[in-house]
Amino acid sequence: MTTNTTASTEVTQVATTRPVQPTLGWAPWRRAFWYHATFWSRTWRGQVISSFLFPVLYLASMGLGVGKLVNHHSGGVSGVTYLEFVAPALLAMTGMQIASNESMWPILASFKWTRSYWTAVSTPITPRDLVIGKLSWVAVHVAMVGVIYTCVLEAFQTLLSPWAVLLPLAGVLTGLAYAAPIAAFTATQENEKSFPVFYRFAIIPMFLFSGSFYPISQLPSWLRVVVQFVPLYHGVAICRTLALGQGSLATTGYHVGVLVALAVLGAYLCDRNFRKRLEA
Amino acid sequence: MVTDPPCSVAQVLTPDSRVSLVAARGLVKRFGDFTAVDGIDFEIYRGESFGFLGPNGAGKTSTMKMVSCISPPTEGSLTVLGQDPKTKGPQIRARLGLVPQEDSLELELSAMDNLMMYGRYFDLPRAEIKRRATELLEFTQLSERANEKADNFSGGMKRRLTIARSLISDPDLLILDEPTTGLDPQARHLVWERLYRLKSEGVTLVITTHYMDEAEQLCDRLVVMDRGKIVAEGAPQALIQQHSTREVLELRFGMDGHGPRAAAVADLADRVEELPDRLLLYVGDGDEALAAVHARGLAPLSALVRRSTLEDVFLRLTGRTLVD
Repeated sequence: MTTNTTASTEVTQVATTRPVQPTLGWAPWRRAFWYHATFWSRTWRGQVISSFLFPVLYLASMGLGVGKLVNHHSGGVSGVTYLEFVAPALLAMTGMQIASNESMWPILASFKWTRSYWTAVSTPITPRDLVIGKLSWVAVHVAMVGVIYTCVLEAFQTLLSPWAVLLPLAGVLTGLAYAAPIAAFTATQENEKSFPVFYRFAIIPMFLFSGSFYPISQLPSWLRVVVQFVPLYHGVAICRTLALGQGSLATTGYHVGVLVALAVLGAYLCDRNFRKRLEA
Repeated sequence: MVTDPPCSVAQVLTPDSRVSLVAARGLVKRFGDFTAVDGIDFEIYRGESFGFLGPNGAGKTSTMKMVSCISPPTEGSLTVLGQDPKTKGPQIRARLGLVPQEDSLELELSAMDNLMMYGRYFDLPRAEIKRRATELLEFTQLSERANEKADNFSGGMKRRLTIARSLISDPDLLILDEPTTGLDPQARHLVWERLYRLKSEGVTLVITTHYMDEAEQLCDRLVVMDRGKIVAEGAPQALIQQHSTREVLELRFGMDGHGPRAAAVADLADRVEELPDRLLLYVGDGDEALAAVHARGLAPLSALVRRSTLEDVFLRLTGRTLVD
C-alpha cells in the first residue's frame, strides 16, 4: 500500500507538473544524427585505433612492397613515386567503404529488426529527418576517419600540395555519393540477401578498377568508359589532385560534379523511399 | 473544441468536460487493393480510456497508425489534438505517447539510455529527461535494473519499459497497440495495473486489443471492429446488456457433434451459439437452464455458467470468435 501511494504521487507529478514541453526546435534531424553518434561513441576507442592502424599497414605494404617494385621498374607513376600515387586513393576508398557499410545492414536493421526508425517516427521526427540525420552522420563519420588518415598520409610524407587539407572533404563527398543511393536502395529491401551480392559484384570490382592502384590509362578503352560511371573513380581522382597538386580545374569540376549529382539524386530517392516505407 | 490545450492532464477529470482529442469521420486506409480500414467514425474525449476491440486483421493497428499521425488516411477526415495530421504531424506527435505492438527498444542500450535516447527525439533537455526517466522507471518497477541492457529483460519488462518510454514526453494522449499481446498472465496483470493507475490519474488512453478481458478492465468506452468496420460502440457493460443476456451456459458434449443437441435445447435459451467444441446458451439464469438441460436427460461432459462478456457481444455481432 505504501509503495502504491508513492508511485501514484509520482505519476501525479509526472502528469501535473510540466516544466518543459517537447519542442520542435531547430532542425529536428540533428536528433536523428545523435542517435548514430551515441552508438558510435560506445565503441569509438576501438575504431580510432583501427583508423590509425589500417592506413599505416596499407601505406607500408603499398609503399615499401609494391612501390619498390614499381619505382624500380618504371621510375614511379605519373611523375611521382608509387607511394605518393596510391596514398591519396585511401581517402576515397575509405569513404566508399564506411558509406556502404553504414547504408546496408544498419539501415535495414532500423527498419526491420531494431525497428528504431519506427520508434523515431512516432515522435516529432519525420522520415526526412531520419534521412538527413543518417547522411550527415555518414559525412561526419567519414570526415573523422578522413582527418586521421590525412595525418597518417602526411606522416608518410606523401602529401605534396597544401590542397591536401581538403582530403577529408573529398572522402566525405565520395562517401555521400555512395551512402545516399545505397540507403535509397536499402529502404526498398525486405531482407539482406542482396547485400553480399552487391559487395562482391559492385564494391570489390570498383575497389579494384577505379584507378586506385594504377592510372586508368592502363585499362582497355571500353573499360575506361565504364569507369566514368563509378563514383570511386571520381573520388580517387579528386583526392589525387588535392594531394599532388596536379590536374586541371575543369576535370576536377567534372569529378566533383558527378559525385555531387549522385549524392543529390540519392538523397532525393532516400527521402522518397523512406517516406514511402514509413508512412505506408 | 480546444485546439491547443497547454493545460495539464490532471485538470481533465471533470466528467462533463468532453474535450475531443481525436475525431475521425469516414476514415479509410487502403493498401493497394486491400481495404484495412473501411470508413469508420469515432471520437475520443480527454480523460477517457477508449478501446478498439477486434480480432487480428480487423484494422485496429492501421487505425492506430493513423491516430498516431504516422500513416496518413487514404480518405476521410481526422483531427488529433485539434490539429490536422497532414500538416501538423510532428507538432501533434510531440504530444502523443505510443506503445507499438512490436517492441522496438534499443536492446544494446540500458533501460535508462533507452529513455534518454527517446527523450531527445522530443528535444527535451537532458536533465529533464533524466529526472522523468528516473520517475518512470520507478513507476514501471524497473528502477533496480535501470542500468541493465534491455536485451536481458523479460517480455513483460520490455513492455513496461516501452510504456515508460512512451510517457517520457508527458503526452496528452497515450496510444497502446495490443499492450499485453504475447505476455504471460502475471506480466499482463502488472501491465494492466500500471495502465489502470495512469487511467485513474486522468491520462487519456487509447487501447487496441483482441482480449475482451483487457477491454472490459481498461476501457470506459470502446468500439468493436471487424473487417475494417465498426460494428458496435459503447461502454463495455452497456454493450453486453444491449447485445447479450445476463448469463451464458456453456455445454460440452462428446466429440460426436453438437448439432442435434443444439436443437434439443434451443427453446431453453434466448439464443444458442454452436462453436466447434461447445454450445453457448444465452440465458437470464444459467443454473436454471442447466437444471432444465439435465431434466431433459441430456448429460453434457461439462457445464459452465458464466456472465456474458464482450466475447459474446462479438460473437453475436459477427458470428465469429475474437481469438481463434
